[in-house]
Amino acid sequence: MLDVRHLTYTTVDGTTLLKDISFQVAPKAIVTLMGPSGSGKSTLLRTLNRLNEPAPGTVWLKERDITTIPVVELRRAVGMVFQSAALFDGTVADNVRYGPALLKQRLSDAECVALLAQVGLPAELLERNIGLVSGGQAQRVAFARALANQPSVLLLDEPTSALDPAATLMIEQLVRDLRDRLGLTFVWVTHNVAQARRVSDRTLLLVNGIVADWGDTGHLLDDTHHDLVQRFALGEDVSQLPVQPGGPHANP
Amino acid sequence: MPILSGLDALPRVLAALVLVIVAAGIAWWQKVDLERDIGVATVRSFVQLIAIGYILEAVFDTTNPLFIVLILMVMTTIAGYTAGQRGAGVPNARLVAGVAIAAGTLVTLGLLVGLRVFRFEARLIIPIGGMVIGNAMTTCGLVLARLRDEIKTTRTQIEAALALGATPRQSVAGQLRRVLKSGLLPVIDSTKIVGIIQLPGTMTGMILGGATPLAAVQTQIIVLYMLLGAAAFSALATALLGYRGFFSAAYQVQHVPQ
Repeated sequence: MLDVRHLTYTTVDGTTLLKDISFQVAPKAIVTLMGPSGSGKSTLLRTLNRLNEPAPGTVWLKERDITTIPVVELRRAVGMVFQSAALFDGTVADNVRYGPALLKQRLSDAECVALLAQVGLPAELLERNIGLVSGGQAQRVAFARALANQPSVLLLDEPTSALDPAATLMIEQLVRDLRDRLGLTFVWVTHNVAQARRVSDRTLLLVNGIVADWGDTGHLLDDTHHDLVQRFALGEDVSQLPVQPGGPHANP
Repeated sequence: MPILSGLDALPRVLAALVLVIVAAGIAWWQKVDLERDIGVATVRSFVQLIAIGYILEAVFDTTNPLFIVLILMVMTTIAGYTAGQRGAGVPNARLVAGVAIAAGTLVTLGLLVGLRVFRFEARLIIPIGGMVIGNAMTTCGLVLARLRDEIKTTRTQIEAALALGATPRQSVAGQLRRVLKSGLLPVIDSTKIVGIIQLPGTMTGMILGGATPLAAVQTQIIVLYMLLGAAAFSALATALLGYRGFFSAAYQVQHVPQ
């Protein structure tokens, strides 16, 4: 589905945040990007829908270099949910209708209610002002808003970091459901090892912009021989440790 | 009959100096240590205004339209530079302000001359152009500063809109509405209260110059509407040109001040 090849990202002030990143995301997979703060997880995620420019290096979506896809089309195909729900002023319905409205399509109330149902929200929320919904509900509205564009991939930038444990578990269940029911592919940034273990098929561990390890989530996290992964899993700051690019589980 | 005219006015200017002496006397008596500043301000304002008076005499005598346009361009450049400083942080702020002020001035003066409200004469166009440019400058500065702050504080919402397939213009639609509103409200408010709380400058000047109050009011109304129109056009041009610098060709947010 997604194929990242030799991606490097340097900011305008010359700081290199990502160094020669390569990995693939299979259709209907849930992949987590993990790493300490400042490791480049969100930067990497944002290159997948060109909120950051993936250059030098390339990102392929279904065999197409994403820089050759019109950017509006790319972003409708590769949706994104942010750390804060980032909802727009207005009602829940206004938010859900936003993406189709950009193409002059107006979702009916029934279509909006169906989208809310997809994310486990009741119909009566439709006309509620977004200032009056809870944090967990707001994040679900953000999912419904992204789903309205009928994407094939959803990028999740720490969507549960501001939620309580119950709301977090509900979002995790929602993502698995969406994968199973709609066949969506997910790339999920998290710094939470337990969450990666609960939700993802494969995990990429990023340290200082370098792929420290990449592979099957269970194998990677259970490998007691990989010191860096184990120390990260124990909550240690691994950003000062030397990183062997690729890691023992790398299988690009 | 004008109240002040030519050199006849000189004794009256000297008589007005008595007020300055009173002010300096109060400063000396109350030991506020401002006598020197009052003296410098008095001399400077006298010299500056006499100098500008002579310059305007010379300028107003010109009949060459290119010279009038040149003077308006110089005023626009200075105004664009000043408004651009107010909007520091907006990419190409000075250029954006300069172009927006020029566009607002061109449209406003073009309409006024085209509709034969004013003749294209230096004595009319330069002071009127000065008012339009000065007013547009204030509005542009406000719009640029607000635009920078809006984009900075709502960056996540803007990127959320971009991530849903919005173009840059679509992603900042709400922000641009708020920016325009905040830029235009001061002009609208001052237009609303005119004549109730304050008598505006044009009217006061004309009455002092000997015009009847009704003639002064007529001109003042034209000036107010002209300034409102110029502010609206310049604000719109500033907002529509200004936001573009915050986006790359691939619809990515860039150059947002920290």
